[in-house]
Amino acid sequence: MRMPSKLWTAYRLRLKRRRYLFRAFRKRRQLTEVENRTADILPSDILAFATVRNELIRLPHFLDHYRKLGVGHFLFVDNQSDDGTAEYLRQQPDVSLWSTGHSYKAARFGVDWLTWLQVKYGHGHWCLTLDADELLVYPYYESRPLAALTAWLDSTGERSFGAMMLDMYPEGRLDDQTYVAGEDPIDILGWFDSGNYIIHRQPELQNLWVQGGVRARSFFANNPRRAPTLSKTPLVKWNRRFAYVSSTHSILPPDLNHVYDDTGGEKTSGILLHTKFLHTVIEKSREEKLRKEHFAVSSLYDEYYDSIAADPVLWTEKSTRYRNWRQLEAMGLMSKGGWL
Amino acid sequence: MSVGFIMLVHAALDRASSVARHWANSGCPVVIHVDAKVSDADHAAFVDGLSDLDNVKFCARTDVEWGTWSVVKATIAASEMALEAFPHTHHIYFASGSCLPLRPVQELKAYLASRPRTDFIESATTDDVPWTIGGLDSERFTLRFPFSWKKHRYLFDRYVRFQRKIGFKRRVPAKLVPHLGSQWWCLTRQTLTAVLQDPDRPTYDRFFRRVWIPDESYFQTLVRLHSQSIESRSLTLSKFDFQGKPHIFYDDHLQLLRRSDCFVARKIWPQADKLYSSFLSNDPAVTKNTEPNPGQIDRIFTKAVERRKKGRPGLYMHSRFPKEEWENGKTCARYSVFEGFSDLFENFETWLFKAVGGRVHGHLFHPDSVQFAGGETIYNGGLSNSAALRDYEPKAFLTSLIWNTRGERQCFQFGPGDAQQISKFMAMDTNAQISVITGAWAVPLFKSSDNFAYIRREAAALQKIEAKHLQILRSTHAKAQVRVWTMADFIQNPMEPLQEIVDDIAPRGQHRLAEAPQLVNLDGFGQFLQNLKNQGMHPYLMGDFPVGDDLQASAAKPQRPYLVK
Repeated sequence: MRMPSKLWTAYRLRLKRRRYLFRAFRKRRQLTEVENRTADILPSDILAFATVRNELIRLPHFLDHYRKLGVGHFLFVDNQSDDGTAEYLRQQPDVSLWSTGHSYKAARFGVDWLTWLQVKYGHGHWCLTLDADELLVYPYYESRPLAALTAWLDSTGERSFGAMMLDMYPEGRLDDQTYVAGEDPIDILGWFDSGNYIIHRQPELQNLWVQGGVRARSFFANNPRRAPTLSKTPLVKWNRRFAYVSSTHSILPPDLNHVYDDTGGEKTSGILLHTKFLHTVIEKSREEKLRKEHFAVSSLYDEYYDSIAADPVLWTEKSTRYRNWRQLEAMGLMSKGGWL
Repeated sequence: MSVGFIMLVHAALDRASSVARHWANSGCPVVIHVDAKVSDADHAAFVDGLSDLDNVKFCARTDVEWGTWSVVKATIAASEMALEAFPHTHHIYFASGSCLPLRPVQELKAYLASRPRTDFIESATTDDVPWTIGGLDSERFTLRFPFSWKKHRYLFDRYVRFQRKIGFKRRVPAKLVPHLGSQWWCLTRQTLTAVLQDPDRPTYDRFFRRVWIPDESYFQTLVRLHSQSIESRSLTLSKFDFQGKPHIFYDDHLQLLRRSDCFVARKIWPQADKLYSSFLSNDPAVTKNTEPNPGQIDRIFTKAVERRKKGRPGLYMHSRFPKEEWENGKTCARYSVFEGFSDLFENFETWLFKAVGGRVHGHLFHPDSVQFAGGETIYNGGLSNSAALRDYEPKAFLTSLIWNTRGERQCFQFGPGDAQQISKFMAMDTNAQISVITGAWAVPLFKSSDNFAYIRREAAALQKIEAKHLQILRSTHAKAQVRVWTMADFIQNPMEPLQEIVDDIAPRGQHRLAEAPQLVNLDGFGQFLQNLKNQGMHPYLMGDFPVGDDLQASAAKPQRPYLVK
């Protein structure tokens, strides 16, 4: 009698997906078009979607990184920045920009807005969905553009590509070094935890729930369940019927979450270098604690924000210095899979 | 004497065009078949781009679908045209639009000129080839395949199963012995002409029209009837991934391709500017003019397929998360678990480290915190000593520890006082070497000054936990290397089992253990057990201990380190 329950789950997930799509449809009015250059998008372009708020300092390197990888067009939603983010993005020739003053949390942490843009512009494209503090690296990324990766995924019949967020941190206190816009943040955030990750398989959405790393070690050692989720599926061959569920951690329909092999083999995967811990994080944590826009029950994370605001040293003797993607691959943090 | 190329082209026309130009300019005629799916405008531009070359010709276009007769049809059309239009070609080389010459054309010409009668075509009987997509080898020739494998996989599979069920079989024409091999061949004019002008060809064509993937078998089979000298290998380097799809070469393969000394490689990523600009030259300086040597590439590709299919044992990550029993190795290296030893011997961890080296931890699963070697609070890979983090997913903790310390043997203590969730995982792990002295947990209780009611309760609880643990270790599903002694047995003669364990950990050590660990003072232990019994508890896991101090002596005599000859 397993079949009915399986069908039932499938049906419920289908409803859930349609509900998300409908939410995105309703929230489309929250978006104000600022600069629409989407007419420039070519059918073969790889697109990048992001919601940003006061990320001016990160954007020059962010755009630089993804342009080098061959992203054809960027679609941004600006949520009430007051640091010149919107003005900066408007000037970029390959960026389309929308703005909104509505709640990030109420829009499922920005996902509703992006879902709507993906419905409209993402269909048929390989789409990256990112945060401004995420830099994607994947096997051979220095010599092979994203188009090579997506062609490989196409040829192996994959429609999605998984990457784990790797929290990068500096050697001293977070505030010791001041990041200057345009520089590679990894010059400052040169360290990571290489082997303390915890994985659970989510039975319903069939995605892996990865936690661990420096944040679990430093801030959630007594309450690991609450440690931030690190698994993501940021690159998807988009169809207008798809919808991310929570951030890019999981997606519907559920087979897109199968970015891992469960019979012992390894699928090709990447790493999102997470540049959260630049000096700006201290100020931001104070602000986020008050805004309560980042977690469903934000008060549970007050201590977390306080710990970051206290400007801690995350580095230990056992931290690993970041060298290159080959190192991440050899350590088993990401995999070439069968791609050679 | 010269070599002519026939080329099947369907995409990346600009690249195909420059490769064709390269060959034509080097004095090799080229006949190109352009897939009918290419739009007329693109086709016209392509033809126009090569119109200045009089030794490039285009044959009639057909709609080519992978795995079907249309591929062979296009090949035959191009071959016939090449033989007729370029009578001076001695060898015909079959290539595709995504092929790239790796060595100067003059080297290929010289190579073929010195082997004027040799046909280079991979050709093996169906019994002898391991590469079979969809589990089909000889059945490629004996079943019918009216449904497209790419477009209608379901119908394809069902129809194959149906034919198997009813025992359907087509007859292979007499004289033919089905052979398979890479479709990228290089045949002599004589052989190719003989194949194409065979009086029985209509029969053969009718047969091959319904064979699955005939481009890998048509010429491979027919040359066996006509060739004088077959060299069963392809001059084109072409590798396949785990799904049987051709592997693609990128810019970063430049050195690898160069070292292969092969004449032609496929498929090349159309945007691989560096490869195209480096290899489309006839500069002899870059190669060594030797036999093609794809061995190294073969090994690397075999590894990639292995990585995709089997992965790295003991690694759990976000793109490798095997189901239970599919791990192909639950952990990545051997490790040793000691139960009861540190209760029974003074400074056992120090002793063990001296005896075997590696890393000797305390109780990794201690309920208060993880006791890493050297009292570290953060261990390799950033593992925390937080018990809460560890107990959140003990498997992840242990597999990470073993993964993070690859190359260094890990030993740790375990006992009924520890968090027990991990015990089943360890018992099922072939990499675990588990040595248990049962009942030794009673020694710390015996030494403690707690009130006896508490001790009695504690002893009962620990005994229950250890009994359950032993049951897991003794289960028929257990795969770990397990050794169990009762405490009474062990202290009778501790050196022999210790030597056995140490030899197992460091087989090359060969040294006899010079020093035994020091046994704790057990004077009065028998009486202690008797007291427990008197309180209604039944301590049995430690074995038979006599009551009374005099009987203690025989067992616990070696209280000082002693030497073994």
